Amino acid sequence: MTAKRTTVDVAGAKLEVHEIGSGPPVLFLHGGSGPTPNAPFFATLGAKHRVIMPTHPGFGGSSLPEWLDSCDDIAHIHLELMDKLGVAKAALIGASIGGWIALEMATKTPERFTKLGLIAPVGVKVGSVDKLDIPDMFAMPPAKLQAMLFHAPEKFKADLTKLDDDALMGMVKAREMLALLAWEPYMHNPKLAHRLHRIACPTLFLRGVSDGLVSADYTKAYAKLIPGAKVETIAAAGHVPQIEQPEATSSLLAKLLNT
Amino acid sequence: MRTFHFSETAYPYLPPEDEYASIRVTLPNRNYDPAKGAALYDRYLDEWQIADEEGLDVMVNEHHMTATCVDPAAPIMLGILARLTRKARLLILGNPVANRRQPVRVAEEMAMIDILSKGRLECGFVRGVPYEILPANSPPLRMNERMYEAIDVITKAWTSHDGPVSHEGRFFHHRNINIWPRPWQQPHPPIWISTTTPSGAKQVGGRGYVQATFLTGFDETRKIFDSYRAGWREAGRGQDIPVNRLAYAALVYVADTEAKAHAGAEKLLWYMTSNKVPFELCYPPGYMSQGASLQVLKGSALDQHAANRGNATVEKAVQAGIMFSGTPETVFKQIKRFYDHVGGFGHLLNMGQAGFLEHDDSVHGIRMFAREVFPRLKDTFPDMAISGVEAKKGAA
Repeated sequence: MTAKRTTVDVAGAKLEVHEIGSGPPVLFLHGGSGPTPNAPFFATLGAKHRVIMPTHPGFGGSSLPEWLDSCDDIAHIHLELMDKLGVAKAALIGASIGGWIALEMATKTPERFTKLGLIAPVGVKVGSVDKLDIPDMFAMPPAKLQAMLFHAPEKFKADLTKLDDDALMGMVKAREMLALLAWEPYMHNPKLAHRLHRIACPTLFLRGVSDGLVSADYTKAYAKLIPGAKVETIAAAGHVPQIEQPEATSSLLAKLLNT
Repeated sequence: MRTFHFSETAYPYLPPEDEYASIRVTLPNRNYDPAKGAALYDRYLDEWQIADEEGLDVMVNEHHMTATCVDPAAPIMLGILARLTRKARLLILGNPVANRRQPVRVAEEMAMIDILSKGRLECGFVRGVPYEILPANSPPLRMNERMYEAIDVITKAWTSHDGPVSHEGRFFHHRNINIWPRPWQQPHPPIWISTTTPSGAKQVGGRGYVQATFLTGFDETRKIFDSYRAGWREAGRGQDIPVNRLAYAALVYVADTEAKAHAGAEKLLWYMTSNKVPFELCYPPGYMSQGASLQVLKGSALDQHAANRGNATVEKAVQAGIMFSGTPETVFKQIKRFYDHVGGFGHLLNMGQAGFLEHDDSVHGIRMFAREVFPRLKDTFPDMAISGVEAKKGAA
């Protein structure tokens, strides 16, 4: 099963949107390394759901409007995308900054979201002023970042010499966009924490046990800001469990979506 | 031709290189001894004063959180020099305005220096090198756009004299711009921009500012100057571009014997050999074009600093055109050859001190240059010559 690709014009951005499967709609928002619509995780999720995967502006095949520079801006874009696709209500899943964008959306229109699945989300500041909540990924050697992203960093290391220019350009754009969206304040919107109480749907936080970027304490404190939110830990996974442990991740999310 | 003496005011007393990961940004400042640092400031200021007495102009620059250039607030250094020097033009190259949040404050600082020096300011703006990104904390994307908008705000602040004006742009928002003092020079001090790429130079040429390039060697410099001229012409500024719109910075050491010059030049190379900086500080996201970043991922990018570190022998550096060194006769010939190759330039920016080049040797180099080379440069290369007309094609 391969994801189907379309483009949709939203607020001056030409958005790439991938879809897979059929059933009740699930909006999936990718993380900082960009979209991976053909990863096995999505085929599993698509068995019972219509999974809609927009590529955030500036990433992959989506254009970047000049005025856009925040996750909050992207939240507005994706809410409008839902209107254009005729999706009034959906379950919402987001990974890393995709989780941040998902929460920006859910605080604006809580009534449109039936379930909320958050995979290692960033977006709030919960720790000490003397320490970055999320280690500075822009200041560390590439090998250290790789070790923070994966439980098994060697297994998931991309061989740059084997990637084509499109794939490499995707990496370049993703890193730029992450800097544009999350540079300062680093990886968070100071306002978001004060809006999260509006969320009323069942909410599940997932965290890979070896995630070096998003800590267990951070996740616990984040979840506390949303009424009734639960936290589950995924074994043998880092910051991207949907890639590293697709089955465990999709079965936890299936439980959320199907109950 | 004018010549500006400059030093990066380095703090060279560091532990062995293998004991730290980077000389910039992350090197702990416990390695900085305030007493030694104060003595260094004294002697660097003395050297600028001597350059002034010898008839040269002076230049300061600015970097942050680094031992290579302990001048994180160049306007302060230039304010001191405004009172310590008498005739020299005072070049700041420059104000990193893409990284400073308040362009109006920069306009005020520069106006103060212009008044203190009674109109001797040459005001440069720079985008800043990649290693400045983390210290400045400023977003590495859209820097070029920010820099140019900041320059527009500063120019507006300098040239508005009838009460408050405002600015509501893309990056900067000011409700009340009405600076005191206003600049001495009218309509405003000369504006310089440094860039080391042809695409950057084209934009500078379009605006007609003075273009400075650093250590880019024979062929790259010619490309950059050609591009500046193309930008100038496309903007309708006319066919002829005077050499005084163009500047080149090189390591320069002159002595009365070749052996002495070689020894001094070797010490200057510290500027290149000491520049140990890890990958992640060299390539912040969005600093370069996407195409250039792609080449970095593929491992095929030209890394100017790596190239310069690789050129770190006197012979290679002279060969590459990033250093002029020898007796006065040798240096004059080296500069003339370079001048002819790149199509001429009106300002030579002499890095005449770096690393462990001690005070007496630095002063010897400044004096030998000022007395034995500079008069010939002034005679041979008039300020209002037209650039690019004798640019030689072919390899250096």
